[in-house]
Amino acid sequence: MIPAPFDYLAPETLDEAVRALAENGERAKLLAGGHSLLPMMKLRLVNPAVLIDLRRVPGLRGVRERGGKLVIGALTTHCELESSELALQKCPLLCQTARAIGDVQVRNCGTIGGSLSHADPAADWPAAILALGGELALKGPAGERSLAAAEFFLGPMATAAEPAEIMTEIRVPVFSGRCGSAYLKVPQPASGFAIVGIAVWLRLGRNNRCEDIGIGVTGLAAKPFRAAAVEKSLRGSSLSPKLIEESAASVANGIDPLEDLHASAEFRAHLARVYAARAIAKAARSASQRR
Amino acid sequence: MPVSKLVGAKIKRREDPKLLCGLGQYVDDVKLPGMCHVALVRSPYAHAKITKIDAEAARRHPGVVAVVTGAEVKDEIGTLPVSGGNETLRVPRHYVLAVDKVCYAGEGVAAVVAEDLYTARDAADLIQVEYEPLPVVSDPEKALAPGAPVIHPEWPDNVAFRSDLKHGNLARAFRDADTVVKQRLVHQRLAPIAIEPRGVVARYLAAEKELTVWSSTQIPHMLKGHLSQMLKLPEDQVRVIAPEVGGGFGSKLNVYAEEGLLAYLALKLNRPVKWIEARRENIRATIHGRGQVGEVEAAVKNDGTILGLQYKVIADIGAYHQLFTPAIPPFTGLMLSGCYKIPAISIEVTGVFTNKMATDAYRGAGRPEATYVIERIVDRVARELGLDPVKVRKKNFPAPKEFPFKTATGVTYDSGNYERTLNRALALAGYNKLRADQKRLRSRARYLGIGISTYVEICAMGPGMWEYGKVEVEPGGRVRVLSGASPHGQGQRTSFAQIVADELGVALDDVTVTHGDTAVVPKGIGTFGSRATAVGGIAVYQAAEKVKEKARAIASHLLEVDPDDLVFAGGKFTVKGVPKKGLTIQQIAERAQDKKNLPPGMKPGLAADVTFEPSNYTFPFGAHVCVVEVEPQTGKITINKYVAVDDCGKVINPLLVDGQLQGGIVQGLGQALHEEVIYDEDGQLRTGSLMEYALPRASGLPRLQLARTETPSPVNPLGIKGVGEAGTIGSTPAIVNAVIDALAPFGVTHIDMPLTAEKIWRACRQAKATAQAQR
Repeated sequence: MIPAPFDYLAPETLDEAVRALAENGERAKLLAGGHSLLPMMKLRLVNPAVLIDLRRVPGLRGVRERGGKLVIGALTTHCELESSELALQKCPLLCQTARAIGDVQVRNCGTIGGSLSHADPAADWPAAILALGGELALKGPAGERSLAAAEFFLGPMATAAEPAEIMTEIRVPVFSGRCGSAYLKVPQPASGFAIVGIAVWLRLGRNNRCEDIGIGVTGLAAKPFRAAAVEKSLRGSSLSPKLIEESAASVANGIDPLEDLHASAEFRAHLARVYAARAIAKAARSASQRR
Repeated sequence: MPVSKLVGAKIKRREDPKLLCGLGQYVDDVKLPGMCHVALVRSPYAHAKITKIDAEAARRHPGVVAVVTGAEVKDEIGTLPVSGGNETLRVPRHYVLAVDKVCYAGEGVAAVVAEDLYTARDAADLIQVEYEPLPVVSDPEKALAPGAPVIHPEWPDNVAFRSDLKHGNLARAFRDADTVVKQRLVHQRLAPIAIEPRGVVARYLAAEKELTVWSSTQIPHMLKGHLSQMLKLPEDQVRVIAPEVGGGFGSKLNVYAEEGLLAYLALKLNRPVKWIEARRENIRATIHGRGQVGEVEAAVKNDGTILGLQYKVIADIGAYHQLFTPAIPPFTGLMLSGCYKIPAISIEVTGVFTNKMATDAYRGAGRPEATYVIERIVDRVARELGLDPVKVRKKNFPAPKEFPFKTATGVTYDSGNYERTLNRALALAGYNKLRADQKRLRSRARYLGIGISTYVEICAMGPGMWEYGKVEVEPGGRVRVLSGASPHGQGQRTSFAQIVADELGVALDDVTVTHGDTAVVPKGIGTFGSRATAVGGIAVYQAAEKVKEKARAIASHLLEVDPDDLVFAGGKFTVKGVPKKGLTIQQIAERAQDKKNLPPGMKPGLAADVTFEPSNYTFPFGAHVCVVEVEPQTGKITINKYVAVDDCGKVINPLLVDGQLQGGIVQGLGQALHEEVIYDEDGQLRTGSLMEYALPRASGLPRLQLARTETPSPVNPLGIKGVGEAGTIGSTPAIVNAVIDALAPFGVTHIDMPLTAEKIWRACRQAKATAQAQR
């Protein structure tokens, strides 16, 4: 478990980090919490010539409210999100998702930005950020841009970030009204990653009519996705158990499910349908309990 | 044993403060001046000819001290040893590094020695090995088929050994049976995954002619003997030290290639060398457990009486034998009768070579397989006959008055009362209420399962294998205990001190227990087969008794009274009727240094040593009850309750016993629900890391409810039976029986382990489909 030799840089500012990344290009890797990258380096599956440690860069950590949105620094740890009062009040799906990640040690070190940038198809965060319709702020040599989460994930370990871009913030809407959310996953028994993970955010109107809903799915396919068809069939309707189940049944339609030692494609798709229905029902229950 | 204070008391492990503070010294903590580090190049192929090894770039790499290949060292280091087995045993030459061909993925091909670990690892990547792949066979059943790839050309049938055991009239049993119940059972391969992987440091002091090997091993003395043979060194020039050892579970009851190789490198280079196994190496190059597939048939009467049992089993050996590989499957045969009176039993074992790592002893070592076979088939019988599984078990138990009880497999159970443990477990679990709950919940489409396992196992290895113990009361009054057992987490620094402190009437804090260094402890066998306390503890106890007798003789001499007129209490010999006249054992130790204080002819000092060899094995037993709820829609299993009533004979320290049972039960649960070493058809390991190989986690466990009965063993003076493996042996079938019981409404009668969510979902779906088709 010895990584190949590499150079180590620890920039003190974001500009310096962007510059270092631009200079080294594909030879470099960014280090945030290190919980995906370092094991891969130790197994020599990833052998960066340069490791750029972001942990000394100021301003990349913490949860704030700004302009009607919740703004999460990319280096915020899972643990900080799990226990953030602000997140709990304004966007509890973040806490619900953080709680489901790995174990205490992983949550203490791993970061939301690191996880999203790594784009493991079975990671938990993408489901939540997709469900919330989140935006990702990316900073590169040409300046900052923001990208919808739905446009960010391209495939396994592949994102729309340019080689010299660093994710700085994740922005999600703030809850108001009769909102509810849930994150349910079937963990892979060894790694704890999602065999299937379903994140649901929804808002109810009168008579439990679903005014808006977002459903993010992870683990099922080569990239996390938003279950748009399921959302569409629920949006504007009153959420009866029957409707939920019927709608959730289409969650894997048109999807080519992953298959591995721990679950066949068929079983994954089945679990996605069952857990989508459960997550929607759970989110609806929590929303209906709000005033 | 006199009336005691410490034996039986819940004394906290004296080992723990040091370990919890991170002060334990493991092999990796051994750091010697000038020490080099070793990295191995391992075969990526499961079966291939080695056509060329180009190590030039590695040899030239700065910081590299040496590179060795199999061909270079094959005449320098003996092949790896094998023990056990019968006349049918076939032993392929097992070199420390592969010569000419590799037979499993992960087999060592070359080794790099470098100034530091990083350099060693980098240089290993510079070694170019050319392979010519050969056909692979990884499935033991396929390996037996005609035309299968041949692993060792000397034996084209791939058979490693056969072992048969027959007793009683099986033909009659099957003729007289009302019903025959059959089941095919797979005992999947498991990885032991001790928290500390293996590791070796070797140093040769040329001037002293002393080779010292620090190894994370369960058997320092046996390892010393084998290393001396492999390296052709006299035994007195080899010293083995097992420092703190972070668990073994049988995986370190072995002699591994790296131990021989490192010892050789230290001698050859005249520099200390270190190798610490990475977890990936641990899963591919440390032995695996289990790996059997068999067909069991039971001949039964309608009232549940078992008349006969036949078991044909294929044991997946792997590419080579390790130390006790051929000894494990026959153990399954020996214990196949379980807790039951079965007049006729036949077992046929075929050991088969496959292109995989060797199997060998893993917690339970043959007995979990036996218990799983008999406990699954008893449940199948109950289901088939429409009887309560409790009733079938009780029907076939030998009565307490029938002990010592001889089984058809030829072993004699020392003592037991199986109905008592079962009744106790059923009462604690609330069995009758559980059955009522189960019925009620089923009507609401919720599936509760109640699983029972009554087990008996064989411990305290055994006749033919002794253990060494020495007790010395030092002149300053401290008591030093040496043991040839080599605990690696079991806590005998605590329990042996309890035994000795009680026997000598001294304070626990005055007793220290030392083990694991062949230069300090003159001889020993080691810790495995739940023997450390039941054999090693007896040796220590008997040594303490001898010390006490010598002290009595000295006291009698010094106090000028007849030895029989001395009373021993509270660590002091006093003259009967004159309580003020006496000497403590520690005072006696001080005086015993001087010959003039001793009776004529007595040697100075107050010490004694003993080798104890038991006359029979011991047979701990117990009853486990597991309650699960299974969700057919997702295959999710929730364990609601787990009750275990175990009888390991006399208990020295209830905390240690509970710890062994808790860990053991969870390890058995791992086999039932999660764990499986999976190789694909090309012999590639698919579960090569803990990201793929699933271990049980504390968060998925219920509170384990433990209770005990105490039936002393008659085969040793303390009545101890052993408890290191009991939990693992008892729990696996209890959990599987519970899940299958839950799925009874679906017509499911068996699912092979591990009971993953997908298997359960498929079994339920299949059963539904079949039921619909029949409608």
